[in-house]
Amino acid sequence: MARTLIEKLWDAHTVADLGDDATLLYMDRVFLHERTGSVSLKGLEAAGRAVRNPEQVFCTMDHIVDTLPGRGDDTIMPFGKNFITTTREAADAAGITLFDIGDDRQGIVHVVSAEQGITLPGLTQVCPDSHTCTLGALGALAWGIGSTEGEHALATKTLAVNKPKSMRVTFDGALGFGVTAKDMILTLIGKYTASGGVGHAIEFTGPAIRALPQENRFTVCNMAVEFAAFTGVIPPDDTTLDYVEGRPYAPTGATWDRAVQYWRTLKADDDAAYDKDIAIDCTRIVPAVTWGTSPGHGSRIDGVVPDPSSAPNANTRSAWERALEYMDLTPGTPLEGLPIDAAFIGSCTNSRLSDLRDVAKVVEGRRVAEGVKAIVVPGSSQVKKAAESEGLDKVLIEAGFEWRESGCSMCFFAGGEHFGEQERVISSTNRNFENRQGPKTRTHLASPTSVAASAIAGSIADVRKLGQ
Amino acid sequence: MTLQMQKFTTLTSVAAPIMRVNIDTDAIIPSREMKGVTKEGLSVGMFANWRYTNVDARVEDPDFILNQASYRDVEILLSGENFGCGSSREHAVWALKEWGIRCVIAPSFGTIFYGNCVRNGILPVVLQEDTVKAFAKAMEDSNGTAALQIDLPDQNVMGPDGGQYTFDIAPADKEMLVEGLDPIGLTLKRDAEILAFQVRDKTARPWVYL
Ligand code: SF4
Repeated sequence: MARTLIEKLWDAHTVADLGDDATLLYMDRVFLHERTGSVSLKGLEAAGRAVRNPEQVFCTMDHIVDTLPGRGDDTIMPFGKNFITTTREAADAAGITLFDIGDDRQGIVHVVSAEQGITLPGLTQVCPDSHTCTLGALGALAWGIGSTEGEHALATKTLAVNKPKSMRVTFDGALGFGVTAKDMILTLIGKYTASGGVGHAIEFTGPAIRALPQENRFTVCNMAVEFAAFTGVIPPDDTTLDYVEGRPYAPTGATWDRAVQYWRTLKADDDAAYDKDIAIDCTRIVPAVTWGTSPGHGSRIDGVVPDPSSAPNANTRSAWERALEYMDLTPGTPLEGLPIDAAFIGSCTNSRLSDLRDVAKVVEGRRVAEGVKAIVVPGSSQVKKAAESEGLDKVLIEAGFEWRESGCSMCFFAGGEHFGEQERVISSTNRNFENRQGPKTRTHLASPTSVAASAIAGSIADVRKLGQ
Repeated sequence: MTLQMQKFTTLTSVAAPIMRVNIDTDAIIPSREMKGVTKEGLSVGMFANWRYTNVDARVEDPDFILNQASYRDVEILLSGENFGCGSSREHAVWALKEWGIRCVIAPSFGTIFYGNCVRNGILPVVLQEDTVKAFAKAMEDSNGTAALQIDLPDQNVMGPDGGQYTFDIAPADKEMLVEGLDPIGLTLKRDAEILAFQVRDKTARPWVYL
C-alpha cells in the first residue's frame, strides 16, 4: 500500500502495536534543556531509574540562562540558578552530553541539535519543548512532549503515541522579492487559523519548499506547532544531505553512504493518500506581520487591523476584541507605519547564520531609529562565532543593534529577560501570546528582514521598499 | 517518603474524612505551593488553604482534621463526590503521596486525577455515597481509632463493623497498582521487545547508534 512519509517513519520505529490506535515508538534521540529537562532528570532519579542510552541523549542551557555578555550561573530570573546547577549535576550523574554555558556548542536546543548533526533524516526525536518540530525540516519525526513523558522516553527509549492524521501542505510557485520562509508559514496559519492543523502530522512539499535553503526550512517546520499540528516534516533531498554532511555527529565513510541510500527512500509514495490536502500559491504571498495575540492573527504588511464585527463567528469575534484591547489597536489601522519601541531578532524560528546575513544586508549603512531598542540574539554559540568571523556583528552593532550571547532570551518571559510593559515589539520569534515577551508586552511576529527594516524605520515597515 | 512506586495489595488504616464535594486539585495543592524543579517537597503545601490559618507562616488550624493527632498518620482519605476535579496538575497526587496517602475513597473522582492516582501508586476506590458517609461517621464516633481494611486483589473494603464492600477497578489499573508499576514500569515489561528492536535496528541503521 502506498505510504506517506510520516507513515514510513512511523513504521520504521514501531516496537509494538498497543491497540486502540496507540503505538510504542522507538525514540532515537532525546534532547533536554535546563528548564524542563531538569524536572525529567530529577523525576527519574527520584524513582531510582536510569537513563537507558545516555549516549543518545543531549542537553543544553538555553531557556533560563541569561544572554548578556559575561553571563554565568546567576540569572535575572529569580531561582534560575537552581535550574542551571540542578541540570548540570543531573546530566553529569546520568552521563548525558551537556552543552553547558561557555561550551562553544551551546545554544538554543533546536538550533544546536541540527547544527551538531545530532538530528539526522529519518530519526525520531523528542524534547520537553513544543518547538521540537523544527527538526522535521531534516526529514526527522520530531515533536515536543511533557516532563513526565520525557522520563518515559529517557528510561525506556520509547513512547506510547497515538497516530496522528495526515495533512499535506503544498507551497506552489516561487517567492517574490523580500518574501521569506517566515512569511510562508505565517500566511498559512493566518489563512487556516492557529488550530488549522490540530491532530495532524504535516508534510510540507512543493516547489517553493524544495527551493528553500535548509536553514529556512527550519523556520517553516518550527511553526507547525503554532498551527496546532502534532509536527511537520519536509522530505529530505540534496539540500538536506548537503547540510548534514560533515556535521560532528553525522555518519562518515561507508556508513554515510548507507545512510544516504536509506534517506533517499524517505518520501511519500506517489499515490499516498492524506486526510487533508492544502495548497498555497506562493506568488501571492507578501511579507506578513501579525496584529493580534495568536500566530493565526496574521496579516499582509499592506493590510489593516481587522474589525471584530467582520469575524466569522462569535468566539472569533470576542478573541479579536480581546486581542485588539491587549495590543492597543483599533480596527482599520494600517499595520505598516505603526510605531514600535523595540525590535527583536532571535529564537529557534529565525536566528541562524543565514538569517543574520540577510539582516546585515538590510541594515548595512543604515541606523536603527531613535528610541528603538534593537537586539540580536544568535541561535547558537556557533552561529555567533561564524557571524563574528564574517564581521556581521560589526555591521549590526554599527547600525545600533545590541549583540548578545546565544539563548532563548526574550523569545519568552519566565521571570528573566524581558521587554517592558505595553512596549510594542516586532519580533522574529514564533509566539505573540499575551505576556510572552514580557509583562503586558505587545508582540508583532514577522520575518527577520521585516524586523530589521522596521527597526530602521522606527515603525512596522515593508522590507521591499528598502530596495533590492 | 520517596516517590518510588509501592506495590498495593492490602492496607489497614484509619481514614480521615474530608467530606466536602468537588474538592478540586487547586484545593489539594494551591498553585503558589508548586515552586520547585522536582515532584518533591509538595506535601507541606497540601490543602494549604484549609490546613493553615496563616499559610505563609505555616500556622496550623487545629480544626482541620489532618492536624489532629489521631489522623496525622492516616493512609486513607474519605471524601465527597468528584474528588480531584479541576486542573490536570499531577502535583496534587504527588503531594498526597508524599504526605503518605495510599488510598482515597469517594463516590466519584475527577477523571484525570483518577488516572494520575493509578500512575503514582494511589488507589482510588469508588463506593456508594451512603457507604462513604457511614465510614466517615464510624471514624468520628471512634475518635479516629476505627480502621478500614482494603484488599485490592479481592477488590474489597472491610468496614469497622465488619461489613464487606466490593468495588470496581479496570484490570489494567489494578495490575499497575498490584505490581507497583507506573507507565514506565509497564513499558519496561516490554524490555525484551525493545532490546530486540535495537538489535535489529543496529544492523539496519548503524548511524543512529552513537
Ligand atoms: S527560542 Fe523560544 S520557542 Fe525556541 S526553544 Fe527557546 S523559548 Fe522555545
